[in-house]
Amino acid sequence: MTAHAAGASRSLFSVAGLTTRYGAIDAVRAVDLEVGQGEIVAVLGPNGAGKSTILHSIMGLVRPAAGTIVFDGRDITALDTEGTVRLGVGLVPERRRLFKNLSVRDNLRLGAAARRGRGDKAADEQLLFELFPILRERMDQLAGFLSGGEAQQLAIARAIMGAPRLLLLDEPSLGLAPILVEAVFNLIQGLRGRGYTILIVEQNAYQVLEFADRAYILRNGRIAMQGTAQELREEDSLFSAYLGLGGSQPACDTAGAPAPGR
Amino acid sequence: MENVAQQILNGLTLGATYALMALGLAIVFSIIGLVNFAHGELITISAYTMLAMRYLGLPWVVWALAGVLASVLGALVMERLAFRPVRHASPVTMMLTSFGVSVLVAAAFEIGISPRPRAIPQPGWITSSFSVAGLQLRAEHLLTFGVTAVALLGLLLLLRRSLIGAAMRAAAEDFDAVRLMGIKANAVIAYAFAISGLLAGLASVIIMSRRGVATPHMGLTLGLNAFVANVIGGMGNLWGAVAGGFILGFGEVALRAWLPASLSGLTQGFLFLMVAVFLLIWPHGLFGQKTAVRV
Repeated sequence: MTAHAAGASRSLFSVAGLTTRYGAIDAVRAVDLEVGQGEIVAVLGPNGAGKSTILHSIMGLVRPAAGTIVFDGRDITALDTEGTVRLGVGLVPERRRLFKNLSVRDNLRLGAAARRGRGDKAADEQLLFELFPILRERMDQLAGFLSGGEAQQLAIARAIMGAPRLLLLDEPSLGLAPILVEAVFNLIQGLRGRGYTILIVEQNAYQVLEFADRAYILRNGRIAMQGTAQELREEDSLFSAYLGLGGSQPACDTAGAPAPGR
Repeated sequence: MENVAQQILNGLTLGATYALMALGLAIVFSIIGLVNFAHGELITISAYTMLAMRYLGLPWVVWALAGVLASVLGALVMERLAFRPVRHASPVTMMLTSFGVSVLVAAAFEIGISPRPRAIPQPGWITSSFSVAGLQLRAEHLLTFGVTAVALLGLLLLLRRSLIGAAMRAAAEDFDAVRLMGIKANAVIAYAFAISGLLAGLASVIIMSRRGVATPHMGLTLGLNAFVANVIGGMGNLWGAVAGGFILGFGEVALRAWLPASLSGLTQGFLFLMVAVFLLIWPHGLFGQKTAVRV
């Protein structure tokens, strides 16, 4: 597998030789990946392939055993979680991890703590209400009372309030009904035109390949395949095998999907 | 009737002190899961600081402020030197560490100053009394209510309005998620300890205005009472701790008033017996299912 960063205008973020262990087990082995400025890159793979471990290693939530992580020309391998976030790497964690006993407003306020003066806060708030109109109505409700779809919107909105230069999304479709999955993916697509750079980790491969630029297929902690989304879509059967899906599965057709946020 | 009213007043005063103590303990517990048995020693540190100020001949306001400040600093030093190194250890390890700190602080005062009680004579106005509707009110009562009300209100505003307050409430739920907001874990914890120190310092000023004597081991019972108040209210629940503090204060005053003189030495024992019975009925305390901070 050769490094292949087609369409990457400028490398914003790269991981080289990343190995992370949990005890004696290598959760992730010698992973290389790259994300260019403005790209949407996906890491796809079955459950337990090590996808979340990659994100946790990037965020400093676990210490990698080997490898380097570079963000915007700076080695952040050993940087702690808070420092990484402050530099502009935002994570929408798996299962959202909202502050359920806090209001929607307070969740967003804490999200904004990461921005350290980056960007235009008022403009981001405006964008949020455009993308997530429902949140405006829920501002003073406790986050714990939101529905699954609203909660996922808040999780993404909270990360956006931190003005991330790189947004990491960990299984945003997890636990959502199919129609909400589509809405969430539409939202993520909606971010593309607004200068966000995104690294998304998903099990839901077919739908993500509809909008991602490039993807890496992860299996047993190693990168098994990589390419542009189009290449991978064309090699459908091959990557199905890697994903352990056992043959072809009807690709979800998102052509007639409703407009984002509506 | 008058006597009952007087006892209620005493219960409120003692309850307010325990509430301040218990609240400080609860804030730290809710965020890092540490039951700080050295919390009572902050009272001791504060009391001896006031004693020193008194020797220097400084006015009451200055020693009260110095006493509060010493308690805040004491809490921050405890966190930095003793609790940060064991932050990721088991709750039992953290608790034992706090016992160690408690013993060390008490021993330091015993060796460094004296094992004997030291009087801290209070200014005359504190014990000046006046009668309102047949009730004997002392300035010390007003001081207690004023300080407690301001402290509770201030804390409520801090937790509800400020970013660090929101971060502390969030940290009680999910510490790592707070770090994912770019908020430094050490800062949140330091704030929690500073607040616990501030509340203990205020409690110390109140306690000294009533008791006027400092002893090296005075913190032990107070810390224990703060813990028991938390157990009553539900471990880590802030307003539960306040309620627990008042319940404990009233219980103690009631027992002292109604126990026959021959049993008065066992007040504390009877009090804890009552708490034990209470826990049989309410094993998680009043508000304690989860260890989340609710405001």
